[in-house]
Amino acid sequence: MTRFSRRSVLRGAMRGAAVGVSLPLLDCFLDENGAALAESGQKLPIRFGTWIWGCGFIPEKWIPSATGSEYLMPEDLAPLEPYRQKLALLSGFDVKLDGVANKPHITGCLGLRTGIPVPNENVKAPTLDVLIGQKIAGNSRFRSLEISACGLKKSYSYQAPGSVNPSETSPDALYRRIFGEGFQDPNSVDFKPDTRIMARRSVLSLVADDRKKLMREVGSRDRARLDEYFTSIRQIEQQLDLQLQPPVPVENFEMPSAPGSDGHGSEMGQVMQTHRLMASLLAAALQSNQTNVFNMLFSDTTSNLRQEGETTTHHTLTHEEPDDPQLGYQKQHAYFATQSMVAWKEFLDALDAIPEGDGTLLDNCMVLAHSDCSIAKAHAVEGIPAMIAGNACGAVRTGYHLAGKGDSIARLGLTVQQAMGVQVEKWGKLSMETNRTITELVT
Amino acid sequence: MSNTASAKTPGLRAIQRVRAAVVQYRRPLILVSVLLAILLLVAGLISQSSEPEPVGGPLMLRRLTEEQYRNSIADIFDAQVPIVGRFERPFRAEGLISVGTGKSGMSPFAIEQYDASAQSIAAHVLGPKGRAQFVKCGPENPEQFDEACARSFLSKTGRLLFRRPLTKAETASYVARARSSAKQLGNFYSGLELSLYTMLVAPEFLFRIERTSPDFNGTTGVLDAYSKASRISFFLTNSTPDDALLQAAAAGDLDSDSGVRKQVDRLMQTPRYEDALRAFFADMLHFDTFADLSKDPEIYPAYNSEIAQEAQEQTLRTIIEHVMTKQSDYRDLFTTRDTFLTRSLGTIYRTPVPERDEWMPATFAKDANRAGIQSHVSFLALHSHPGRTSPTLRGFGMRQVFLCQDVPDPPATVNFTAIEADAQKANVTARDRIAMHASEPSCAGCHKVMDPLGLAMENYDGLGTFRTRENGALIDTNGSLDGRNFSTPDGLAKALHDHPETPRCVSERLYKSAVGRDIVWKERYYLDWLIKGFADDGYRIPDLMRRIATSKNFFAITQAANANTARITTDGGIS
Repeated sequence: MTRFSRRSVLRGAMRGAAVGVSLPLLDCFLDENGAALAESGQKLPIRFGTWIWGCGFIPEKWIPSATGSEYLMPEDLAPLEPYRQKLALLSGFDVKLDGVANKPHITGCLGLRTGIPVPNENVKAPTLDVLIGQKIAGNSRFRSLEISACGLKKSYSYQAPGSVNPSETSPDALYRRIFGEGFQDPNSVDFKPDTRIMARRSVLSLVADDRKKLMREVGSRDRARLDEYFTSIRQIEQQLDLQLQPPVPVENFEMPSAPGSDGHGSEMGQVMQTHRLMASLLAAALQSNQTNVFNMLFSDTTSNLRQEGETTTHHTLTHEEPDDPQLGYQKQHAYFATQSMVAWKEFLDALDAIPEGDGTLLDNCMVLAHSDCSIAKAHAVEGIPAMIAGNACGAVRTGYHLAGKGDSIARLGLTVQQAMGVQVEKWGKLSMETNRTITELVT
Repeated sequence: MSNTASAKTPGLRAIQRVRAAVVQYRRPLILVSVLLAILLLVAGLISQSSEPEPVGGPLMLRRLTEEQYRNSIADIFDAQVPIVGRFERPFRAEGLISVGTGKSGMSPFAIEQYDASAQSIAAHVLGPKGRAQFVKCGPENPEQFDEACARSFLSKTGRLLFRRPLTKAETASYVARARSSAKQLGNFYSGLELSLYTMLVAPEFLFRIERTSPDFNGTTGVLDAYSKASRISFFLTNSTPDDALLQAAAAGDLDSDSGVRKQVDRLMQTPRYEDALRAFFADMLHFDTFADLSKDPEIYPAYNSEIAQEAQEQTLRTIIEHVMTKQSDYRDLFTTRDTFLTRSLGTIYRTPVPERDEWMPATFAKDANRAGIQSHVSFLALHSHPGRTSPTLRGFGMRQVFLCQDVPDPPATVNFTAIEADAQKANVTARDRIAMHASEPSCAGCHKVMDPLGLAMENYDGLGTFRTRENGALIDTNGSLDGRNFSTPDGLAKALHDHPETPRCVSERLYKSAVGRDIVWKERYYLDWLIKGFADDGYRIPDLMRRIATSKNFFAITQAANANTARITTDGGIS
């Protein structure tokens, strides 16, 4: 394949040659030294995702004693040593309740993700993945992919109250959705647009014809719901558009094979296995530009995970298990906290295994990992553990531990959005509200 | 309840006055008798039929539920039509999925799935086999476009899918789409297929969009005939209006009480009426949450997804038999020992079932300690932990599901380990484990309304099997419900049966479910009227549903002057 420089591609575009692909604001393509440009000269999009694990952590096994880049990896983070440079650890950032009732395992998680704590699932603003998606989803096939490894069809990605983006729980179903019908092998050579798809695309565009009339007929609350409907229809149109264009070639892409698993089970070993399968499918989906945004739920915030041969769930243990007198913390809870970080490491492995440009897929992603609380026993929403992995093509800086010292956790949400190009000056409500970017994170 | 009482009083007072007059003035008896007769008649009329001035609420935009979608497709085409898309978990609001339909959005995932279903339905209906069944016309040469046939098929199908006739412009547009796609694909039926596909993903199909009649003055009025038809139909059949109902709407029949009554009576005789009842009770009983229920296989080896399914079916069959087939008193659902069982359920209930693979009517023995649907596995297992019972969850469930009462969330900072210390002792029962709920003041406030109910059900384990001992200790099942004490599950059943909130709750739920929203403040008189009527009718559910469906309030629309409620903007602010 001919090698293009960034300049030659731009020149080509300027001459009106068939480059044909618009350049979203945030492509790595715009990186000054062009390092992230793939060998083929294709654009590499920036991706954003969240990775959630439930029931917090054991602070003494997770929070490094030092801040900055020279910290010692604490016990539970030890598996992540290989990713030290690609990881920013964020401790000590709080969800500020302002008197809002703390609904266990919900208020902290949604407070972090919307900037406004709520006493139930009725979010008062879209979650940050949705806001970022509006900026970077671009022309990818899926606005975002929501995945749950623990068997629960739950998700913490909300458009509005009552508008959750539901999770896939089965690796097979996820596989079919991404790589089944409608998937185009990016490297296939003989492309011929399907006339049926052309016909479907043209009839579908007429659905939006009634938009104005309908919008006038309904009240404003329902208008927002209809608007969501029409936006969702737009995604289908985009999917068809993509199928009508020759696919953008992707280097090193290998079509994944069907996982052959429906992802049932809440036993830790099963969930880890499901999670690995799903992580690699997701990585392939990101690599082949099927989506730029994702939300992976490793374990629910009221974690239903179990140890093999045990009957009590992780969540129940956080409340009922007495502290181990020798260790000073809940021993069984600690098992899940430790394994969660092993799973997080495996997730990064999946992204980092795919070479892209002069780095890996992970380098062109920004993944925000977080839990719903710090100390699960008390449902504490102060100091919810969070991490950023990946440099988003150099848009964020990693390789250190930062202590929030009780600052609003909305600083994290604000910074993450800004790094992804969302125009937002301040974010969150009441005590959560902040205009203070975490400057250490942005480059 | 005070409103119900006061509704009676005008008539009563009038009679008392007349009696007083008789005593005081000793007027000729005959005149008094006439007067009395007239007054009694008036009083009778008042208490019988005076629906309060209709209030109504806002126009609704409701998403079809999964069942409504499936039923609609089955009724418009047939039950063999494949629906390949998946349905996301329904959204629940005010304790009901049917209210959630008026609030939930439509995510890209949902549309993706509707899109897949639309393709599979359209491909089947206009495939070689389907077209013979569903399209009664067509060109001799399928490469040719048959305008008249396309017009007839699309306007007929469109009317059923959109629950109203298509406008001329809409018909023209769908025909034009069919024509251009047919040209592109070289086949008449492929053209129709794509037009049908478009209808199936259109907002007019996926949402029930309510509209007012033309005389709406901006704040109060009534639904237009087709919106009335939809409300009636989805409430009484959980499916789309059929041809006869749409015809009645077109003919203006739904503008008269008798016209509405005729359709209501007709629909309540169709097989879909049972589906509507099932959907309502499954919704009220939160059966969708069985999807998330897991039981510890080591503790409850009998539990699996099949048993979960059968447990729900048992309760629904019991309800249908009771409220529909026998037209019995709703309150007796909480004391009835009549039910239906399969052999595997019989094992859990320790009640032998002779036939394998069959549902058998059964009556629990008097000493079997099974009275009422709250003693079914579907309630007991759903409101328990994976590995043990929870008197709190069961008490909460009974308050919430059967009495429409809410209990606040626990404080987030509860220290559960104190409870655990008690739990480690030998020979403990749930009562010992949760003693702290009652002794700790910060817990007791709420737990006292839940635990005494749940503790009376401790004779059922976390799956629902009867037991008398836990950890070797005899279980004490003393409990209470709002001032009434009992010591057995049967006592609890009786208390639930007699509770004034029991009939009120189901009335409220049925009405909310019918209109898809919470009750507005001014509708409380209407609700009192419904409940009074429910009592007068011997608490028969079908009568209550008929009363709702034929009431003026059911179709009344009141839009707040400022209908623009707060909405979320994408920048995270609230406007």
